[in-house]
Amino acid sequence: MLNDVITAVLIKNDLVTAFAFIGLLVFISYRFSDWLTRGRIHGSALAITLGLVLAYFGGKYTGGSNGLADIPIFAGIGIMGGAMLRDFAIVSTAFGADLSSLKKAGYVGAISIIIGVILSFTIGGIVAVLFGYSDPISIATIGAGAATYIVGPVTGTALGASTEVIALSVAAGLVKSVLVMVGTPLIAKTVGLNNPTSAMIYGGLMGTTSGVAGGLAATDPKLVPYGAMTATFYTGIGCLLAPSLLFMIVSLIFG
Amino acid sequence: MVIYGVSLLAFCMLVGSICGILLGRLMGINANVGGVGISMILLILLANTSLFKFKMKPITQGGITFWSAMYIPIVVAMASKQNVSGAIDGGWMAFTAGSLAVLASFSFIPLLTKLAGPDDVE
Repeated sequence: MLNDVITAVLIKNDLVTAFAFIGLLVFISYRFSDWLTRGRIHGSALAITLGLVLAYFGGKYTGGSNGLADIPIFAGIGIMGGAMLRDFAIVSTAFGADLSSLKKAGYVGAISIIIGVILSFTIGGIVAVLFGYSDPISIATIGAGAATYIVGPVTGTALGASTEVIALSVAAGLVKSVLVMVGTPLIAKTVGLNNPTSAMIYGGLMGTTSGVAGGLAATDPKLVPYGAMTATFYTGIGCLLAPSLLFMIVSLIFG
Repeated sequence: MVIYGVSLLAFCMLVGSICGILLGRLMGINANVGGVGISMILLILLANTSLFKFKMKPITQGGITFWSAMYIPIVVAMASKQNVSGAIDGGWMAFTAGSLAVLASFSFIPLLTKLAGPDDVE
């Protein structure tokens, strides 16, 4: 009986359950960070990685696409970590941002978005060719997926790609997003990701909003507004370029 | 009051999203182009105008800074709802395409930072 009551309360108050659960997850991660790595791996990096691992098992267990949030008692995680509150929190970080740093790096940030889209698209397209795809529609769709998991299906749908190829493009984008979250704190020092300018370039090159939001949270939350600023334009630019100009170039080569 | 800060933040996000979607329509695509970025610029501008700067009390600011402080937990929740099994089940091609794109993008950061000029480094 007690179990039923507890489950019912947790499900009924799903967002509050998420606050309690995520708080616990963050607490455990910060303790582990202190004890096991003496703070060398940051607590937030551990928390995000742990979240991704739980998401994997949640997805395996339910067969759904929302990780842990598909389990009824964790449904609130879907709200707490959904696009609405994520964007709300990202915008709030701008309150401490320095306008002159944004202005100074604005132009190189804008360039980095275009380079980022073309770079990821090209690499995704080359990988598609190496794996045996030879029609321009499939190559462009997979290339677009390597940009973000939104650009992939948008491009695929616009060009009339097969559902199998569209699913692959989404998977490529998901891999990118997860790797950016986990990889950013590990590689930040090597690539000089420690100031507003490089954060804006990073956001523009990576483009995946979730990846950049997670990656910078685990590296240095002070850099979030700068990285998010450029990343938020990436998917739009990708949706603009991939099915049009970039597809045309692919058709010229493989048509 | 705290709600003034929260409301200002909400106002910025809504106006930014509307602008982002309109910008997408103008470009002929059905996507939000830079809505979050526009919201952030709006918040920075409003927070720095003399209209608010001298009037915004610490408690009002608290309505905004609370959400900045919630940023990491929200991102942890976001990580917990990612389709990680979908990424892993995508197979080798999806993994190769995604990971090489990340590696290449990382390697371009120092290049473009150099282009931006050295005076920006803190």
